[in-house]
Amino acid sequence: MRKLLIEGLIRRPLTEPAPKPDDAALDALGRRVGAALHRRLGRSLAIRMVDAGSCNGCELEINALGNPFYDLERFGLRFVASPRHADVLMVTGPVTHNMAEALRRSWDAVPEPRWVVAVVAAVLPVDLHIAGCPPRPAALLEGLLALLEHAAAGTAAR
Amino acid sequence: MRQSAGIVSIAARQFRTGPLPGASVTRGEWAALSRDLASGSLDLLSLWADRGGVLMALLHQGSRRIGIARLVVRDRAFPSVGLVHAPAQRLERAAAELFGLAAEGATDSRPWLDHGRWGLRHPLAGKAGATPAEAPTEPMPDAVAADYPFLPVHGDSLHQVAVGPVHAGTIEPGHFRFTVQGETVVRLEARLGYTHKGTDALMTGATVARGAELAGRTSGDSTVAYAWAFAQAVEAALAAPVPARAFWLRALMAELERLANHLGDVGAICNDAAFAMMLAQCSVLREQVLRACDRCFGHRMMRDCVVPGGVARDLDGDAHGVLRNLLETIRDALPALTALYDGTASLLDRTVGTGRLDPALARRFGAGGYVGRASGRDFDTRRDLPYAPYDMLKLEVPRRSDGDVNARVWIRIEEIGQSLSLISQILAQMPQGPVRADLPAADEPCEGLGLVEGFRGDVLISVALDGDGRIARCHMRDPSWFQWPLLEAVIEGNIIADFPLCNKSFNCSYSGHDL
Repeated sequence: MRKLLIEGLIRRPLTEPAPKPDDAALDALGRRVGAALHRRLGRSLAIRMVDAGSCNGCELEINALGNPFYDLERFGLRFVASPRHADVLMVTGPVTHNMAEALRRSWDAVPEPRWVVAVVAAVLPVDLHIAGCPPRPAALLEGLLALLEHAAAGTAAR
Repeated sequence: MRQSAGIVSIAARQFRTGPLPGASVTRGEWAALSRDLASGSLDLLSLWADRGGVLMALLHQGSRRIGIARLVVRDRAFPSVGLVHAPAQRLERAAAELFGLAAEGATDSRPWLDHGRWGLRHPLAGKAGATPAEAPTEPMPDAVAADYPFLPVHGDSLHQVAVGPVHAGTIEPGHFRFTVQGETVVRLEARLGYTHKGTDALMTGATVARGAELAGRTSGDSTVAYAWAFAQAVEAALAAPVPARAFWLRALMAELERLANHLGDVGAICNDAAFAMMLAQCSVLREQVLRACDRCFGHRMMRDCVVPGGVARDLDGDAHGVLRNLLETIRDALPALTALYDGTASLLDRTVGTGRLDPALARRFGAGGYVGRASGRDFDTRRDLPYAPYDMLKLEVPRRSDGDVNARVWIRIEEIGQSLSLISQILAQMPQGPVRADLPAADEPCEGLGLVEGFRGDVLISVALDGDGRIARCHMRDPSWFQWPLLEAVIEGNIIADFPLCNKSFNCSYSGHDL
């Protein structure tokens, strides 16, 4: 274990620079997300992920955001265990009949202000769509950074 | 004396190269097969229905023969197999509710995938049996589901813990009902079906190309295994010629998929024992596999790369170098990680002896993959029902009998080594040539079977094509069907805090099961 730890200290980090927030996502967000996000939350966003019937491909790539190459938490973005701790509900899958109630109850448990990021799904009012089957981790990151960036710009304009 | 020898007589070579012979059985023969399953002389590969009857796929391990038995259903009822052979119960419940059939004598007739929220019943029964309520086009978030009676539990000082369908982590949805005495789990009952998308209905009437896309989206972590099993089934039904190089490329993808999943899961299992360092190290290797796949096949998970008739694209000039570098990276890193796992007492304290699966249960349920192999079941379709190119490759199938979380981790570590070896062999021996051929037209209805060893176990796909080459019925059986019930067995007597460890060491598919 010591060898691995020392390697971790002296080796160049694997973590890659942040991708540029996706322009299309930024435009789309203009209609949805106000300045509230930045004012209330700074650059910190807590995300609750709900699988509403995906094939589990999206979950694998969302989990990959935590690996050292993407290191999601350096941006102040983190996945939380309960919707009550969340600012953002990230939804995957087509929203099956059998999951619709659980998804609605998860959404109801998220305190205001709150946002929906859809990785395909659409029964809730969606603030940001991230496309792909499944989207690459870089695309997920671009979309989430757009959410942060847009909020920051909104604050500057006020 | 096995009564089923006549029915279970199809060798791998036969069903892998041509259409399935239809074996219609009488009710008496159906019952005899059920008894052979119950006595352990046969393994159940799957049980499903179509509009004409119910079908069973059976395996005789000793002779490595399989068989398909079809019972024509009259009066919408068939003799229950689950009554004598528990592994058939959930498959039977699903077949019954989708087609509006009754399993006579079944001890458990609760609905399984149907939560009472679809707005229609028996969705696959066709005009004869479907009883559509006002068929909704939108999900019904406010619909109140019918009560689901969990099995009753009696005893002193028991309480229940209900978990899911939304779980704490980024995983798929399902409900777990624990009955606990103090910290100790005395019973777990799972309720699944939350990710049911109606895949069987989407398949019916679809083109073969559309079917391949759907198959590849059944369980995202096994997209190659599913696409391959689907392609096998269609190619066998049509007796379609497939270029030799395509088989090798498929195996290359399948082993890369296995590598990515095993690496990811070994890290994730350790993380569930709060040992985050293994997750970090393993997730780096997993990411490197996915990037190599992306570079070589144009998609990180190689989705839609295996197609009926061959593969969608060939490797370019640099791919061999990319893959050889990948193998070297993993081979360099693996010994230290294995030593880290094996040398960390606090980690082994959580994995050794936890979630032990009795070999007798693994055998009875025909548990595939590392779940079965860690509990003594010596079965791997790549070796035992071989398909090209595995019949030309050197493969050792690891096996243990201790059956705990630790054993499942070790089987996966050993399978990582096997996959690295297989990829080396494939890169060295792969023939040149075309990678895709046009499928012959179907001029009459035909059926084919696909059986592929995915990372989780054997994926079975049965495809029936109509005279126009469209899909009349496609049944897909994920290995999880026979593993989910065993998870309920292994948690018994363990503390509830060890459930994540047990669960991750099984890593059953929700989507692959729920369809």
